[in-house]
Amino acid sequence: MKADLIIIGGGIVGTTIARELSKYKLQVLLVEKEADIGFGSTKANTGIIHAGYDDIPGTIKANLCVRGNTLWPQIAAELGIPFIRTGSWVVACKDEEANTILKLKRRGIMNNVPGLQIIDDRKQLLMLEPNISNKVLLALYAPTAGIISPYEAAIALAENAYHNGVQIQLETEVKDILLEKNAIVGIRTNRGLIETNSVINAAGIYSDEISAMCGINHFSITPVRGEYFVLDKNLNGYVRHILFPVPTPVSKGIVVSKTVAGNLIIGPNANNVNEKTDLATTKPGLNEVFEGAQKLVPGLASKRGMVITIFAGLRAESSIGDFIIEAYDSPRGFINVAGIKSPGLTAAPAIAEKVIQLLKNMDSDLNEKKNYNPSRESIQRTIDSLSTNQSWTNMPKDPNYGHMICRCEHVSEGEIVEAIQRGANTFDGIKFRTRAGMGRCQGGFCTPHLIRILSRELDLKAKSITKHGRFSSIVPYEVKESLMEER
Amino acid sequence: MQNIDVAIIGGGAAGLSAAIEAKKTGAENVLVLERGEELGGILQQCIHTGFGLHYFKENLNGPEYISRFIKTVHELGIDYKLNTMVLQISPNKKLLAMNSVDGPLRLQAKAIVLAMGCREKPRGALAIPGTRPAGIFTAGTAQRLMDVEGYLVGKKIVILGSGDIGLIMARRFVMEGAKVEAVVELMPYPGGLHRNVVQCLEDFQIPLLLQHTITNIQGRDRLKRVTTAKVDKRFTPIPGTEKNIECDTLILSVGLIPENELSRGLGILIDTKTGGPFVDEHMETSERGLFACGNVVHVHDLVDHVTWSGEVAGKNAARVVLDTFPRYKERISLSAGRNVQYVVPQFISGKKPVNLSIRVKRPARRVEINIGNELAFHKPVVRPSEMVVLTLRENQIMEKTKLTVIVRKRR
Repeated sequence: MKADLIIIGGGIVGTTIARELSKYKLQVLLVEKEADIGFGSTKANTGIIHAGYDDIPGTIKANLCVRGNTLWPQIAAELGIPFIRTGSWVVACKDEEANTILKLKRRGIMNNVPGLQIIDDRKQLLMLEPNISNKVLLALYAPTAGIISPYEAAIALAENAYHNGVQIQLETEVKDILLEKNAIVGIRTNRGLIETNSVINAAGIYSDEISAMCGINHFSITPVRGEYFVLDKNLNGYVRHILFPVPTPVSKGIVVSKTVAGNLIIGPNANNVNEKTDLATTKPGLNEVFEGAQKLVPGLASKRGMVITIFAGLRAESSIGDFIIEAYDSPRGFINVAGIKSPGLTAAPAIAEKVIQLLKNMDSDLNEKKNYNPSRESIQRTIDSLSTNQSWTNMPKDPNYGHMICRCEHVSEGEIVEAIQRGANTFDGIKFRTRAGMGRCQGGFCTPHLIRILSRELDLKAKSITKHGRFSSIVPYEVKESLMEER
Repeated sequence: MQNIDVAIIGGGAAGLSAAIEAKKTGAENVLVLERGEELGGILQQCIHTGFGLHYFKENLNGPEYISRFIKTVHELGIDYKLNTMVLQISPNKKLLAMNSVDGPLRLQAKAIVLAMGCREKPRGALAIPGTRPAGIFTAGTAQRLMDVEGYLVGKKIVILGSGDIGLIMARRFVMEGAKVEAVVELMPYPGGLHRNVVQCLEDFQIPLLLQHTITNIQGRDRLKRVTTAKVDKRFTPIPGTEKNIECDTLILSVGLIPENELSRGLGILIDTKTGGPFVDEHMETSERGLFACGNVVHVHDLVDHVTWSGEVAGKNAARVVLDTFPRYKERISLSAGRNVQYVVPQFISGKKPVNLSIRVKRPARRVEINIGNELAFHKPVVRPSEMVVLTLRENQIMEKTKLTVIVRKRR
């Protein structure tokens, strides 16, 4: 196998780069070790498009965050994914926190964040956010901040890149990068060798290990775990903005925000962990998150029963402190895109631009395609066509779109089949594309149906259907199977 | 827009008895809207016995019990639609439903019966820490996978919660050759019916760990291990009591929630204690002509009572259509006092006999159940898992506006 360029990692960074590169006459291959796009850090973060006042002026992060923020609305529109400019508040409840707010505003102005405003009228604050703590003194309002679904974004970017010619290979883990005379000649994977002269490392928390394969060792990545709660959609509107506490040196703090789907999300905390696979939530961690959120929104204390799920994600914290986006003389053809923690999601489109610049500087022949198509049709949602068009004249041809499978999120069989045709091959893959199983019953009712549909569409035995690939089989046995074997 | 007399949302035990009674009472055009692929609701997956002991005075399994109602539905020529999801109901009784044959369906009903049942609490509601591997199921989902679809979800099982479905599933797993390592219960007493504890756990020597919880879940792809711990009186895990149990499956049987998303959308008043609509003795909700019955009102432990509540709702929905619905001016509110979690119905007229469903908070022996100051009923034992049903006759009701129900030790 052969490719002009290989991107390692199918997270938000890898897929944004893939889509950007799909504009050019270049044979691009994206390899991802998990069973689907966005199954790493991308699936487990807050989904915030930051305004850009947090990062120290002059850093790569600061520049790319503000730039990324301006790029997302158009990308989201092209990809047919929701992006909501809710605006964000950094909320000060103590006098000493007020100084930090002023400092953040100055920082934001230096970073060219538009529209920053300090609201110090408590009445107004409580009117705009009725459920916020009545201890609130003032807030830094950033109108450009918004929310997005990070996994939907990565999947949509990958789909669009694919339609523009990028090859995608899942369950493909890079074992080594092959070098000859200070230049890349290929990669070795669990599926064999692939020849190439260019590699972009977008491997997230594993990016230090990939970099080391090229002898580039000047940084390491520490996984920093963040834990979250997701609450019932009945709390849609409970907060109107993304609410941040005053940040600490370690993180932006525990956020209370709505998601694009209308749930309430609370999190994350920040704890270093030893293992890059340690995605476990912990009792103290979860308590820390809920208590942190209650400081901003005290009424949450009575909403614990409305939690529908908990999860944890890992940030790729680099020893450098800033994003690492660089090409090298040795080996030639290698680009690191590493240490992309928050605001990585926001910055992703700007990171992709920077990568293109690096490639151009490396005298690669980047010729634009004429037939590049930036737009992607999203999956046709039955429930949306009902609410926007009361007569539903655009009744889909396939009657499956009238058969509701997920009761909580109102997802039809047609949507699920479409997700599978677009590449979903696991339970989580369907979840991230359609929201089936993401509602208040968390798959209680639709799990048997999803197994049946996946098994039918993929022509696989039910026991081969997994939650998220590898050995995550959902129904490993058939009833009376062991009796049959004994006979 | 199709006009119907009585629209019944849900074709399970509650909905079918409501439909039958509505038809028998004289409503001509009764339509059952069922989201599943067959009538019968959750009973179709309950292949164990214990159903109908009160209603039919027979010991039936779930499909046997519900098939009798399905047969009557057919005999009476009651209309139903399967695979049909009701998306919206408005207070003026317009419904929007959807299926693959009709597409979007717009209906105008004269009366509506809500019979959507309940759903299981997921892991998130308890916020059990740990990883998120495959192999964690709510009991009802595992039951459906096993007894309808024919899949065994695992071979080394731990069950959290001793609710009835959890207990029933413990026995089913053993029968299918799986090993149930333990049933873990937070409370000092089991959550399910006494008869189920005996027949499903004790008879199969399955350990029941009372006052225990699960403090951690491990495994990346498939579940590998859970950690149990003893809890103190405030339900906090006691350090040092943690034990790891190797298992491939965790079954959650930690509670049911009445499924009232449609009711909320309608704006009818919901009782936070039951999780279901406030109802009166006719099973009418806070909106006129809108009735509710079965587990959508409160979670029942016996289907027989679900059937009865469906009959009341169906009969009165038909009376609304026929214009014979008795509306009383009198309205006595019933409220839960000492050791009472809830009482249903929450409102009565006092003009006719009514069955009260009372759920206690804590188990107790030799108790007196007081309804207001005048009335006392004696019970040798009460348990939270076993609903107390009392019949209140009209001549027993003295108070005019408010009655408090309390359960206390007999003096």
